Amino acid sequence: MKSFDYQRAETVEQATTVAAGKNASFIAGGTNLLDLMKLEVLSPDVVVDINRLDLNAIEQTDDGGLRIGALVPNSKLAADARVRQHYAVLSRALLSGASGQLRNKATTGGNLLQRTRCYYFYDTASPCNKRSPGTGCSALQGQNRLHAIIGASEHCIATHPSDMAVAMQALRATVEIEQTDGHRRQVPLQDFYCLPGTTPQRENQLESGELITAVHLPAPVEDSYQAYRKVRDRASYAFALTSVAAVTQIRSGTFSHVGLSFGGIAPRPWRDTEVEAMLLGQTPSRQLFEKAADRLLEEAQGHGGNDFKIPLLKRTLVAVLSEAANFGGDA
Amino acid sequence: MQTLNLQVNGETHELSVDVRTTLLDALRQHLHLNGTKKGCDHGQCGACTVLVNGKRINSCLTLAVMHDGDEITTIEGLGGSDTLSPMQKAFVKHDGFQCGYCTPGQICSATAMLDEIKEGWPSYVSVSLVGEPELTSDEIAERMSGNLCRCSAYPNIVDAIIEVGDKS
Repeated sequence: MKSFDYQRAETVEQATTVAAGKNASFIAGGTNLLDLMKLEVLSPDVVVDINRLDLNAIEQTDDGGLRIGALVPNSKLAADARVRQHYAVLSRALLSGASGQLRNKATTGGNLLQRTRCYYFYDTASPCNKRSPGTGCSALQGQNRLHAIIGASEHCIATHPSDMAVAMQALRATVEIEQTDGHRRQVPLQDFYCLPGTTPQRENQLESGELITAVHLPAPVEDSYQAYRKVRDRASYAFALTSVAAVTQIRSGTFSHVGLSFGGIAPRPWRDTEVEAMLLGQTPSRQLFEKAADRLLEEAQGHGGNDFKIPLLKRTLVAVLSEAANFGGDA
Repeated sequence: MQTLNLQVNGETHELSVDVRTTLLDALRQHLHLNGTKKGCDHGQCGACTVLVNGKRINSCLTLAVMHDGDEITTIEGLGGSDTLSPMQKAFVKHDGFQCGYCTPGQICSATAMLDEIKEGWPSYVSVSLVGEPELTSDEIAERMSGNLCRCSAYPNIVDAIIEVGDKS
C-alpha cells in the first residue's frame, strides 16, 4: 500500500473541504477501498476518515419515507424493522451481498460507490480503461463471464457489483449529496451513475470533495409484491451474474405499480422505463412477461463468456413477474 | 505515525502505528496476539474475524487508526486453555477443525453470529424477514459463508454451532 495522509473528519463540512481538489478518498467501512489500496489499484494521497460523522441514523421522513444515513452499516439497514416490513426488496438484496462480517462494516454510501469486480480492473499488469484511461479493455477479448450485456461500450464492459443499489433503484431512491459549498442536492439514483462511453473512469455524478450524506426512500408502495432474485455461481457470498429487484402492485387485476431494476448485467444498476410502461395497467400473463423481457434485452450484446446472461436474465425476469402475478393484491 | 488507544480483551493499549497498519497487523505485530490469523488479507476467507464493539468484522480490511477507542475482542478474549468459552468447548467436542488455521476466525464469527440471531436479524435464506430466525444448518451455512475452511470441516462446525445455539 502506498503511503497517504490520514485525516479524521469531525464534521461533514470539514470532510468535504479536506477532500476537495485533491487525490483524496473518503473512508467509511473501507472494505472495498482498502482491498484496492493494498493492490495499488487505488493510491489516494489523502484518506479522510468519515466514521465519526453523525450520519448513522435511519429516520422517518415527512412524506412517509425513510432517510438512511450514509454511514448506516448494511447489516443494520437489512435488519431495521421498517425496512424488513415495508422495503423487503432492500433487506433481501442487502442480505444477498457479501458476508456477515463485511455487512457489519460496509456502509450505505460506500456500497453505492464500490468498484467493479472486473478481474482486469484488479490486475494492475493488465490494460484497463477504467483504472488507466487509454490503455484498452482487456475484458472485451478476455475472460468476461461477469461482464455487461447492456449499457457497455467498446472502452469498458465492466458491471456495477452492488445488490443494494439495484433494490434501491427499484424503490426509486434518491441520493443526498453534500456539495463543497455546503449546500445539499438530491439526485435520483437512476441518474446518479454514468455509463462508460469513452470515459469509464468516471462512474457517477460526484464532483471532487462531494460526499454522499444519505439515501432517501419514498413512502412504501402498499400491498406490494417485493422480491430480489439473485442468480450466482455459489449459493452464498458471490456477486450476481444476473439479479432482478421487483416492487409491483396489482389492483383490479392489472399492474398498478411496476418498479424493476436489474443487477449484474450493466455498468450501473439497470432500469428500463419502457419495460415498466409495457407492464403498467396490463393484465399479468406469461406472454406479456416474455414480451417485456424481449424488450429489455433488445439491444443486449454478449462478449463470448457472458452470452449466457441474455437467456438467463429473460428467464429470471419472467420467473419474478410470474411470482408477482400470483401474489395478487386485491385482484 | 499515529497514536491510538485500543481496548483489547478488556485491556487498554496505547499504540503508535503507521497509518497503513490494518487492525489485524496491529493485533498480531504490535500487541503480539497471534490467535487472530492472516489468511487471504482481502476479506474473503474470514480467518481474521474479530469482534469490534460486539460485532464481527474482517480485521484485515480496516485500519487500526479507524478504531481509536473501540472495544476489540479476539479469540484470546473469548477464553483461554483453562477457561474455554462454550463455543470453543463445542468446537473441541465436535472436532470442528482439522489444521485449525481458520478456527479462531470461525469461533469469533460463530459467537457473534448467534448474537445476531438473538437480536432477530434475518438472513438471505430466512423464509420470513419478520419472524424469529431459526437455527437450521441452512441458516448457519448462509450466515457463516464469510468463513472458509480449507480442510472442509463444515459439518462439524455446524454441529458445534447448533449445540451452543440450542443451549442459549
